[in-house]
Amino acid sequence: MPIKFPFSRRAAPSDAWTKCPSCDAQVFNKQLERAQRVCPSCGHHFRMSVGERIDLLLDPGSFEERDAGIESVDRLGFVDQRSYPDRLEASRVKTGLRDAVVWGVGAIEGQRVAIGIFDFRFMGGSMGSVVGEKLARCFETALAERIPAIVVSASGGARMQEGTLSLMQLAKTTAPLVRLDAAGVPFFAVLTDPTTGGVLASFASLGDVILAEPKALIGFAGARVASDTVGEALPEGFQTAEFLLAHGFVDAVVQRAELRSSLARLLSLLPVAAVDDGQPVEPERGWGPIGALSGLAERLGGAVSESIGIDVEASGGGGNGSAGPGAPAPAERERERDRDR
Amino acid sequence: MSDAPMLDQAATAPDAAAADEAWRRVQLARHPERPRTLDLVPLIFDGFYELHGDRAFGDDPALVAGPARLQGVPVMVIGHQKGTDTESNILRNFGSPHPEGFRKAQRLMRLADKLGMPVVTFLDTAGAFPGPAAEERGQAEAIASSIKLMTGLQVPIVVVVLGEGGSGGALAIGVGDVVLTLENAVYSVISPEGASSILWRSRDEARAAAAAMRMTADDQIDLGVVDVIVAEPGDGAHTDHAATAVALKAAIIAALRGLSGRETSELLATRYARLRGLGAYLETGEGSRSRPGTPSLRRRIGRILHLPGVPRRPRWSDIWPSDDADDESERGA
Repeated sequence: MPIKFPFSRRAAPSDAWTKCPSCDAQVFNKQLERAQRVCPSCGHHFRMSVGERIDLLLDPGSFEERDAGIESVDRLGFVDQRSYPDRLEASRVKTGLRDAVVWGVGAIEGQRVAIGIFDFRFMGGSMGSVVGEKLARCFETALAERIPAIVVSASGGARMQEGTLSLMQLAKTTAPLVRLDAAGVPFFAVLTDPTTGGVLASFASLGDVILAEPKALIGFAGARVASDTVGEALPEGFQTAEFLLAHGFVDAVVQRAELRSSLARLLSLLPVAAVDDGQPVEPERGWGPIGALSGLAERLGGAVSESIGIDVEASGGGGNGSAGPGAPAPAERERERDRDR
Repeated sequence: MSDAPMLDQAATAPDAAAADEAWRRVQLARHPERPRTLDLVPLIFDGFYELHGDRAFGDDPALVAGPARLQGVPVMVIGHQKGTDTESNILRNFGSPHPEGFRKAQRLMRLADKLGMPVVTFLDTAGAFPGPAAEERGQAEAIASSIKLMTGLQVPIVVVVLGEGGSGGALAIGVGDVVLTLENAVYSVISPEGASSILWRSRDEARAAAAAMRMTADDQIDLGVVDVIVAEPGDGAHTDHAATAVALKAAIIAALRGLSGRETSELLATRYARLRGLGAYLETGEGSRSRPGTPSLRRRIGRILHLPGVPRRPRWSDIWPSDDADDESERGA
């Protein structure tokens, strides 16, 4: 076994320094680590790994990772230039993570929170079923334990390799926020470089408070797509944290050194709503079958086959009007799914 | 249209036949004579009255909405609207809404909620508009808040995928209790052209991308994203708008009948369970852990020797440190 200096970061000398993409300064990696990955000469915020985020934001020793074992599966059998399982494996080896989000419960200056954190290095922080499931559980835990929820995003958007299943994660991660609203539990979104596509078009834009790191790329469509669409150069500083602040879509741009203390202050200023008798607030308004829809079934029923003259159930089955089992009714699907879970 | 397979693509497509079929469906979904929302609404509903504007910025002709009656029952109808020729496509922005389109939809969904009217939506867009003006006015926020509103709307929602179900711009009005799709409609997280240019770094692999993303109606049933396929007449909906409307009307009525009589709490709980159940993942043994796992050899030795710069307490960044070689090729949509 060759003798290797065990505490050098990399064997290759080029890795001991990192060139700042903003000011071209050569920054010693150890110096960068100590400066919370902010360039000492120009203040450029480098991306952070999920581990560094945990150490940055949460009280030492307070973080408990939850659902560490959930893994992505290749439901579509997706192959582009590489297969999806290949890409997953490469990201796992590179990052030591199982997927692009780690979530858990921890404390910020003693205040307990449920927190989900993205790691951009894992397939561009893309949101597939695992990311969606973990964040939904993060929000549901915040709801059940009545503690604030925080998500720190760094993502290119939905994970194309999971097709519409990844698109549906936009709804899966958003639905619990309605329950947090009803229960009086705050949600804080922290947008870091980059936060784009389907992640910005779901929970990340829906924080009760939205903080962003300086100069972070934040936008719906890729800048290239946007400039192709209009066929001209984009405005200066387009899709940056500062651009969103100026247009009213984030609450504050916060330096990384201030992020932990900012969150701590906001957590104490915007506490979880007090509840009487420990009873959660009923989220629903009370209109039931007695109401505008009470006669719906009767009014829609009976007349259907006469006026339309085709059998609805048969057309619901196969793609080509074929009879047979086809798709079960929604209610049945629901029950099946509940059983499977 | 031609169904002739393009043999030169076969080498990159995982399954040439599947690619052909997927691409045939994409072409049918985009067919210039395919019925659009405003073609079908008068054939399905009575007395549709289009309402305009988001009460904040403007009116978006790429998204149409208004009340109508279905079999006498008041409902709120909302849909993307593509044009039929160059002129109308420019007016309709090819069916790609700006934020004000989604905010108009939200306004009228709130009205439906207030008055206890079911909502019926029609999806037919390549995607939300990606230009700078849309970004300035918060395209992502408009989509996100539409999705959120629909997940909590206290009236039944029936969604119909009419043509192209394109990404977040489709889902923004696509969260429902029952999701129907026309037989030749497609649904995807990104356009096949977009997936091709990101994953293949070429605009020419759209066919392969369409197959890989499993966009067809049958695929969507298989994935659980869609509940019911509505058969199209003849060679496709473009051949007979009236027959398409008859089939859709029956399916929408059947879906609403199935939802009527439910208590609001049951309606919302079922919708929530439906959304929560979407996705595929594996639950392995590991549950929670409260301290970082094994750090690197460098860290362990450094800690024992009390070397400067190496923390003595295990840190999460020991197991998940930064790696500055960010791979920009891994992108999302």
